[in-house]
Amino acid sequence: MKLDAKIPEGPMAEKWTNHKFRVKLVNPANRRKHKIIVVGTGLAGASAAATLSEQGYQIEAFTYSDSPRRAHSIAAQGGINAAKNYPNDGDSIYRLFYDTVKGGDFRSREANVYRLAECSNLIIDHCVAQGIPFAREYGGYLDNRSFGGAQVSRTFYARGQTGQQLLLGAFGALQKEIKKGGVKMHTRCEVIDIVVIGGQARGIISRNLITGELTRHEADAVVLATGGYGNVFFLSTNAMNCNASAAWRAYKKGAAFANPCYTQIHPTCIPVHGEYQSKLTLMSESLRNDGRIWVPKKAGDKRPANQIPEEERDYYLERKYPSFGNLVPRDLASRNAKQVCDEGRGVGPTGQAVYLDFADAIQRLGKANIEAKYGNLFEMYNRITDEDPYTTPMMIFPAVHYTMGGLWVDYNLMTTLPGLYALGECNFSDHGANRLGASALMQGLADGYFVIPNTINDYLASNKFEKVSTGHDAFAQAEKEAKDKLDRLLAVKGNRTVDDFHKELGHLLWENCGMSRNEKGLTEALEKIPQIRAEFWKNVNVPGSADDLNQALEKANRVADFMEFAELMVRDALDRPESCGGHFREESQTEEGEAKRDDENFCYVAAWEFKGLDEEPVLHKETLEFEEVHLAQRSYK
Amino acid sequence: MSEKINLTLKVWRQKRGEAGGFKTYEAKGIDTDASFLEMLDVVNDEITLKGEEEPIAFEHDCREGICGCCGSLVNGKTHGSHERTTLCQLHMRHFKDGETIVIEPFRAKAFPVIKDLIVDRSGLDQIIAEGGYVSVKTGNAPEASTTPIKKELAEAAMDAAECIGCGACVAACPNGAAMLFTAAKVSQYALLPQGHPERTQRVKNMVAKMDELGFGNCSNEYECAVACPKGIDVKNIARLNREFIKATLSQGK
Ligand SMILES: Cc1cc2nc3c(=O)[nH]c(=O)nc-3n(C[C@H](O)[C@H](O)[C@H](O)COP(=O)(O)OP(=O)(O)OC[C@H]3O[C@@H](n4cnc5c(N)ncnc54)[C@H](O)[C@@H]3O)c2cc1C
Ligand code: SF4
Ligand code: FES
Repeated sequence: MKLDAKIPEGPMAEKWTNHKFRVKLVNPANRRKHKIIVVGTGLAGASAAATLSEQGYQIEAFTYSDSPRRAHSIAAQGGINAAKNYPNDGDSIYRLFYDTVKGGDFRSREANVYRLAECSNLIIDHCVAQGIPFAREYGGYLDNRSFGGAQVSRTFYARGQTGQQLLLGAFGALQKEIKKGGVKMHTRCEVIDIVVIGGQARGIISRNLITGELTRHEADAVVLATGGYGNVFFLSTNAMNCNASAAWRAYKKGAAFANPCYTQIHPTCIPVHGEYQSKLTLMSESLRNDGRIWVPKKAGDKRPANQIPEEERDYYLERKYPSFGNLVPRDLASRNAKQVCDEGRGVGPTGQAVYLDFADAIQRLGKANIEAKYGNLFEMYNRITDEDPYTTPMMIFPAVHYTMGGLWVDYNLMTTLPGLYALGECNFSDHGANRLGASALMQGLADGYFVIPNTINDYLASNKFEKVSTGHDAFAQAEKEAKDKLDRLLAVKGNRTVDDFHKELGHLLWENCGMSRNEKGLTEALEKIPQIRAEFWKNVNVPGSADDLNQALEKANRVADFMEFAELMVRDALDRPESCGGHFREESQTEEGEAKRDDENFCYVAAWEFKGLDEEPVLHKETLEFEEVHLAQRSYK
Repeated sequence: MSEKINLTLKVWRQKRGEAGGFKTYEAKGIDTDASFLEMLDVVNDEITLKGEEEPIAFEHDCREGICGCCGSLVNGKTHGSHERTTLCQLHMRHFKDGETIVIEPFRAKAFPVIKDLIVDRSGLDQIIAEGGYVSVKTGNAPEASTTPIKKELAEAAMDAAECIGCGACVAACPNGAAMLFTAAKVSQYALLPQGHPERTQRVKNMVAKMDELGFGNCSNEYECAVACPKGIDVKNIARLNREFIKATLSQGK
C-alpha cells in the first residue's frame, strides 16, 4: 500500500479551482451509465446522493433507518460555520482555514482544510435557497453567533436544531431525486460488506432489517458516508445505532484507517447518573457563550451551589485562559473539567461534574433573552434532570462526542481501495486531532454537495468498467461470510447480553483511552480487548433468528466489529506518544499541564493497513507539510 | 432524588404477518431518573436472559427527542401523556410505584405494524417526495444575503419546520389523517419566499398523496396538535387549507 494524497500543485488558494479544471469529466450523456452506491444518508450521504443524481448518475442509497431523515446528523444542535464575514469582524476564508488547522492541532492536511473553508460559503447559499429557516436578525438578514475555538462570529444556526434543519434540507433534495427516479432508496437496509473485484470496490452486501434477507448490489463506485465510531465507548452523545461496521469492513477489504485514536470528548454534556443509562445528552456548546463554568475552590466542598460565595468559586477557564475564557476549544475545556474533578473539586452526587452557571447572564441580559437563545436546551435539561437551570446552575461533564479519525482518503476523498470513497465523519480528513465546533456539519455538506460531485468523475472517466454481475464469486463469498457470521452469533447462546459486553468494552476504553492516556493503561487495554472479544464469542446471548427483524442481532453484529476496532484504536494511541488535540498522552505535557506536540517525530497521519485479525496491522505515514500556517504550540491564553 | 419503583407492563406483541396480542411483564426496581426506553431496556435484558421469547422490538435512535424514531401508545396516548414529549424523553418519575402501564404500537390504517411496537411510517416520506422541498439543484443558489426574510416569517417557518416526522399526529387522529405533518411542511414553504415558485403543485401533490396512501380526512378534531411532541400548531392546517383552495382556484383559470 502506498499513500498518495494527490494534493494539487499551485498556491493554496488556487488548488481547488485548478484541480476541478484538471480532473477528467464524464460526458452528461454517459453519466446515466454509471451506477454509484451511497451508503448512509446523513448530511454527507444525502447531499452526495442528491447532487450526484442531479448530475445524472444512477444512485442506489442505503440506510438502516426507516427514513433518511432519522440519521444521527439530525441531532446536531449548535450550528454550522462559514466564512461569510457578515458581522464584519475580520473573518475570511483564510481565517476559517487558519482556525481549523490550528484548532486541529496541526494534524490535518492543509489543502483539504483550505478547500473546506472555500466551500463553507457555498453551503450557506445553497441551504438558504433550499428554504432552511436559519436564524435572522430584525433587518431580515442572517444572524451569526460565536463558537468555541474562534474569535469571530461565523456560526449560522436554526435555533438549537441546526443539524435537523440542514438534514431535512438534504433529505428534501434526496426525496426530490427519488421521485424523479435518479435515486433508488433502500431504507431499513444495513450494508454489511463491501465487495471488491479486480482490486476495485464494485458493490456491497446489504441485509434487509425486516426480513433478514441478504441482497447483492453492484456499482462502478461505492461511497461510504456512514458516520463516526464514537459508540465504541458505549456511552456517547451519538445516536444509539451509530456504528463503525461499514468503515471497519472497508478496512478489512483494503482501505487504510487513519488516526483511530483521535476522538473528541465534548465538554458540555449532562453527567452520567445511573447504571441503566443508555446514552449521554449533549448540551450545545453555544451555552458556553453565556454560561460561566466553575467549581468550588476547596476540594470536597459539598455545599449547594447557591451557598458557595463568589470568592470561594474557581472560574478555572477564565482564570487560566483569559483571552478565550469559557470559549476555549473542546479538548481544553474537557481536560480541565476532568482535572478539577480529579482534584476532588467536582460537584453533584458523583463528583463527576462542574457547574455551568447562567446567573450573571440572566442578570445582564434578562431571563427573556436567555430563554429566547437557549429555551429549548434549558427545557431539555430540565426534562432529563428535573432541575431548573434558570435558578440552579447546570451540571455538566465531558462525554464522547465525535471521532476525527476515520478512513484515510486522498484529496479526492477516495480511500486506498480504488473506487471506494469516504465522506463526512466517516473519513479522517479535515479536523486533525481536534474538531472545532460547528465544523462537522460544514464538512459533511462540503463533502457531499461540493467535493465528491467534482472528484468522483475523475475516477469514473479514467477507468474502464467491465460489467460485473452479482453472480460473481466475490459477491457469493462476501454474502456467505456475512451469513456465517450472523449464524455464529446466534449459535453462541451464552449468558450475557450484547449490551453487557459493549459496556465492558466501553468502560475499558473510557478509562484507558479516553480523555487522558498513558503507556501503562494503553498496554493493559491492548491485552484486555482480545480477552473481552474471546469471551464475547463464547458467552454472548443473541436471541431470535436471522430471517426476521432482530434488533439484538443487528446490535451484536455491530458490537462484534467494535470489539475488533477498539484494538486498532488503542494501538494507534499507544503508537503516538506525543499529545495533540483530543489525544492527550500524560507523558507529553508542558510544565503547565497543556498538551505538548512533538512535531519533529509525529507530524504525520497514521494510516493503518489490515493484515489479518491475528496479524499486527502495518503503519503507513503521510507526512504533513505546513506551507501556510506555521507550526506553533497552540495557545489560547 | 431518584427512587426505585415497580411496574406492571402490558405490552403488545406481534410477529411479522401474524395477529398480535398483549403480554404482561413485571418491571422491577426501575430508577425514576431512567427514561421510558431505558426502562424497556431493563425489561428486555431480563427477557433475553430468561431465554423463553424474544425481547420487545421498539424503534429508537437519538434518544433525545429529535430523530422521530420512537413512539408508542402508552396508556392509550401517543408518546405517553406528558405534554410536548417524545417517548424517549419521558422519564419514569412521572409514573407511580405499582402502576400498570399499557404499551402498544401507533395505530393507524396507513401505519401497518411490522413487529411488536414497530410500525411502517414510510408513507410520510412518500408525502414529502411529492414536493416537501424547494427544487434547487446544487450550484444554482444566489448569495445568501440577497434574500432578506422578515424575522417573524423566518421564526414562523422554523416553528413549522420543527416537525420530527414521528407520526404521533396520525396515530392520535380519529381518522388517521396526516394533516398536521403535511401542513407543517407546506407551511414552512408557504411562509418563505423560496417556496413560492412551487407552492401550487406542492400542496396539491402532497395532499393527493396523503389521500392515496390511506391517510384519513381531517375533520378538525385537533387531537393531532395535542399529541404533537414538538407543539406544531393547528394554524398550519388552516394555512394548508388556504394554500389548497388557492391552488385549486388557480388551476381553474
Ligand atoms: C449531539 C450532537 C450534536 C452535534 N452538534 C453539532 C453542531 O452543532 N455542529 C456541527 O458541526 N457538528 C455537530 N455534531 C457532529 C455532527 O452532527 C456529525 O459529525 C455529522 O452530522 C455526521 O454526519 P454524517 O453524514 O457524516 O454521518 P451521520 O449523520 O452519522 O449519518 C450516517 C448515515 O449512515 C447510515 N449508516 C451507517 N452505517 C450503515 C450501514 N452499515 N448500512 C447502511 N447505512 C448505514 C446511517 O443510517 C446514517 O444514514 C454533533 C454531534 C452530536 C452527537
Ligand atoms: S406534526 Fe408533530 S406529531 Fe406529527 S409527525 Fe410532526 S412532530 Fe410528530
Ligand atoms: S429516539 Fe429519537 S426522538 Fe425518541
